[in-house]
Formats: sequence, structure tokens, C-alpha cells
Amino acid sequence: MRRAISDTLVIAERNLIRLPRAPELLIAFTVQPIMFVLLFRYVFGGAISTPGFSYVDFLIPGIIVQNIAFGGFVTAIGLNEDVHRGLIDRFRSLPMARSAVLAGRTLSDIATNCLSIAILLCTGLIIGFKFSASVPEIIGGIGLLLLFGYAFSWFFAFVGLLVSTPESANSVGFILIFPLTFISSAFVPVQSMPSVLRAFAKVNPFTITVDAMRHLWVGAPAGGYVWQAVLWAGGIMVIFALLAVARYQRATGG
Amino acid sequence: MPAAEVSVTHAARQSPDTCAIEVRGLCKSFGEVKALIGVDLDVQRGTVLGLLGPNGAGKTTLVRILTTLLKPDSGRANVLGLDVVKDAARLRSEIGLAGQYAAVDENLTGLENLTMVGRLYGDSRAGAKARAQELLARFDLTEAARRPTKTYSGGMRRRLDLAAALVAKPPLLFLDEPTTGLDPRSRLDLWTVIEELVAEGRTALLTTQYLDEADRLADTIAVTDHGRVIASGTPDELKDRIGGERLEVRIEDGGDLQAAANALAPLSDEPPTLDGELVRVNVRQRRGSIVEAVRRLSEAGIGVDDLLLRRPTLDDVFIALTGHAAETSPERADAKSEGTERAGRLRDRRGAGGRR
Repeated sequence: MRRAISDTLVIAERNLIRLPRAPELLIAFTVQPIMFVLLFRYVFGGAISTPGFSYVDFLIPGIIVQNIAFGGFVTAIGLNEDVHRGLIDRFRSLPMARSAVLAGRTLSDIATNCLSIAILLCTGLIIGFKFSASVPEIIGGIGLLLLFGYAFSWFFAFVGLLVSTPESANSVGFILIFPLTFISSAFVPVQSMPSVLRAFAKVNPFTITVDAMRHLWVGAPAGGYVWQAVLWAGGIMVIFALLAVARYQRATGG
Repeated sequence: MPAAEVSVTHAARQSPDTCAIEVRGLCKSFGEVKALIGVDLDVQRGTVLGLLGPNGAGKTTLVRILTTLLKPDSGRANVLGLDVVKDAARLRSEIGLAGQYAAVDENLTGLENLTMVGRLYGDSRAGAKARAQELLARFDLTEAARRPTKTYSGGMRRRLDLAAALVAKPPLLFLDEPTTGLDPRSRLDLWTVIEELVAEGRTALLTTQYLDEADRLADTIAVTDHGRVIASGTPDELKDRIGGERLEVRIEDGGDLQAAANALAPLSDEPPTLDGELVRVNVRQRRGSIVEAVRRLSEAGIGVDDLLLRRPTLDDVFIALTGHAAETSPERADAKSEGTERAGRLRDRRGAGGRR
């Protein structure tokens, strides 16, 4: 067990060392989210009515949830490269813990997700976002975000092992997740949607997680969203972790 | 390789303790494709086995099974006395693998790559770093140690990959096509490195498509084709197996190749083969054959550029063996042409430097 942990940390460290050396990835998680925040706040925001909240207070929890879900795409691309460049073979020929490759990969996403939360929160605070929450609620919200992000790291790990190139790993993840994030309460109140979309949006885990975040950070009514969000994240994590591990074993012939 | 070493190999064959790799009846299929069909193999400790064969012969599959990356469908394989399936975890600390794809992380520096591998062997950060620096110095990479490996040349990457395989000082090395795709200069450098590693008493299994590589580095050679080992022995044994001396005659530009072949046919039991401006004859006996050839050619009025009598090379072995394999199964005609084409390429390269 100690070995599994230390090997996982070695792999996670390696993933983090290499990150600043692939600048396109770093831009994806720093500049791009800031652009989206500014776009929604200043371009679309004026036309969106969010009763009870200023749009910036409504937007920040939503857009952070969207971003955190995409944080794992580094895992999809990274794993895909590792498989095709023979690095996984190198790892598997070493007397290291078998679990460490996937665990280390997703663990390093937690670190990058922390960075991405920090960037978005700072941007939000600069453009007028205000918490109306206690310190434990704020921290609880960050915890929920990291859990949700970690669950999606496993989704992306599975995607990265499934497809043949890093580019397709990126686009498959994008095509599957992007609509889910928009047909949710992340950017607009679900009440404004046509009935079919609204029905979908209401059960969408993104809506549940975004509403849980609004409860924790800006004092929206809860309705049990926080626990539902935790359960969703746990469920997504378990299912995709199992799928990813199975796929990893198949992809590597083990 | 020195003759003394070869004879040690033969003496050692008696005792099972000296067997570093023992493979019996190994089979592996990927769906419809049979990658290995009952492979038997022995590698004695302290020797280098060259696994020689074209692409798709099953070499890499065999290496992947022996390095615990892949499970065989049937048959068994013991490496250093450990079963590759049951004792896989223990075996991994005893072997080093250098692959044909040069598996190093492009975004990590040479030092970071080797340190990471050392730590994954369970070494401390400081210990792994010290070992990494030692290896970088040994492989002439100290200056590049702090550069990301994506800036390395092909040869430097291979050396780093090889260094990664040596981190834990394994007694047994697997080198999967270590020089494929390298320029000639880098190949020679890498050959020297591999020779040094072996001289330290290591056992190595080397796969290669290059006959000259196997000839230079390997004590014994196993020729593989279509998932089988079709011949094995020392390079000399293999050359002896296909028999007599080879006479090669290069005809003057514009000379009649077929007429030359007809003129030389009586020297051999087999029909001469034609290849560009070359006529090859497997002569019945060495003695007098040059004089006889020259006489017959001049009687036929054919001008000769060059004439050479030589022992069979591994090229000849390879063509003879894979050619035979192709004849027995007609649907593999395409594979045959691939094999001879490769042999042709090898011949061309050697021809540029080796023929006088």
C-alpha cells in the first residue's frame, strides 16, 4: 500500500512537471476560462434574467462547475499519448504498483483543478462576485468542486484509453460534455428553457451540482442538492473508474 | 563474438541453472492473427540471443510476453527461473526493457526521466537522482541532462531509453529493435554501447530486422518468421547450414546477364540467381572455381567487373529460410516479397561499404 501511494505520487509529480512544458494545455486552463467568464458577464449577461441574484453571482458557481468538469481532459490527452508512445509499456515493465498510472494521472488533475478554481475565483471576485456564505460553506463548495472534477477525470481517463489519438480524445470529451453543461442551470435559469429541455436540465447532474454550489456560495435555497451532487459525483467516479481500469487492462494486454 | 564464448555457450547447454530464458510451446493470438505459434527458445546466461525476423514475425509479441507485458495463450516461459505469468511481479525487478519506440517522456528532461524510473523501482529521490546522473554520464548525455528529451536526436533518445532499462542494474536486458530507424553513425555508437553492456556479463535478448546487427552482437541467433522460430544456432552454424561458398560475379554494364548465368550454371547443382548486374552461384567446391568461372565467362565473351568468392552471409541464410517458409504456404506470397525486398535493402547498404 505504501508503495502504491509513493508510486502514485511519482506519476502525479511527473504529470505536473511536464504541464508547463506543453503551453497549449496551460492556456486551455488559464486564459480560456477567463475569456468565457468575461464573455458571459459582459456580453450575454445583460440579456439573462436571474431573479434573486446579480448575474455575476449566478454565473460564477455555474462556470466553475463547467470548467472543473473539463479539467480532466488533460488526463484524456496524457493517457492517450502515454499508451501510444510506449510509456505505459515502460511503466508496466517496472516493479511498480499497477494502480499508480491511472491513480497518479487523476491525482495530478486535482492539482490542476485547484489552479483552475483559483484563477476563476480571482477573476470572479475582480468583476464583482460576492460570497454570501460562511467559511465552512466556501470550503465545502471547493471540496464539492474537486470531487466533481475528480469524477470527471475518470470519465476522461476512460475516453483517453478508448480513442486512438489525443485529438479525438479531446473532441469526444468535448462533444459529450459541452451540451450537458449548457442544458443545465449553469448559465441561465432552467425556467427559461422550453419544457423538454427544462425536464432534462432539471435532472442533469450539472444542474444539481451548480445548484448545490449556489446554495453553498451565494445562499440559494438548497433542496438537498448538496447531497445529491455528492452522490452523482461518487456514482460517476465509481462507474468510470471501473470502466477506465477495465479498458486500461485491455488496452495494455494485461 | 570470440570463438571461446561460443563454445562456453555450448558447454552450458547441459545445465538448466545456466538458462536465463527458457520458452516452451508459446502461443499467442490477437483475434484471427496468430502472432506466435509454438515458440521454443533457450538463452544461456551471459550470452546474447538475436531474434531475427521481418516485421510481423512475432518478435515484439515474444518480448512483450517475456517482459510480463502480455500474457501468453498457452505454453510457458521462464525468465531467470521465474514464470512470466505467476512470478510476473518479482520478475519485473530483474529485467530491463528498451523498446523500439524509445519510451521516454518527451516533456521531461533526461535527468527527470531516469530519476522517475529509479523512484518507480522503489529508490529514494536522492538515490534515484544519483543513479540517473551516473547513467547519463555513462551514456554521454550529461550535457543534455537538463533539456527536455523532445530536443534530443534519435540516437540520444535510444541511449536514454537504454539507460532507463539499466536503472536497476538488471542482469537481463531485452532490447526490442534498439537501432531501428537510426542513422548509421548512431547505430554504430549504440552497437558499441550494447557490446560494453554485454561484456559486463549481462544476458540480453535482442530483436532486430538487421542481419548485420545480429551477426555483430549476437552469440546465438533465432530466425523467426510468421510466429515460429524457423532456425537457430550460432551465426556460423546458420551459415554452414545452407552450405557452400557463394560466387558473385558483377557483369560489365550492358553485359548479357542471362548468358553469364548460363555460362556459370555448370559450377553448381542449383540454377544461378540474378540480381541487378550480379550473378550468384552456390558453387559445388571452392577449389578452382574462380579460374573455372573466369574461363567460362571469357569463352562466352562476357566482360566481368568484379568477381568474389565468399562464405554465405546471414543474408543468404535469411533468404533461404524465409523463402522456404513462403513456398510452403501460397497465401503468404506477399510476405515473401517483403522479406526479399528487405534482404535486398540490406545487401545494398552493405554493398556500398563492404565490397572491394
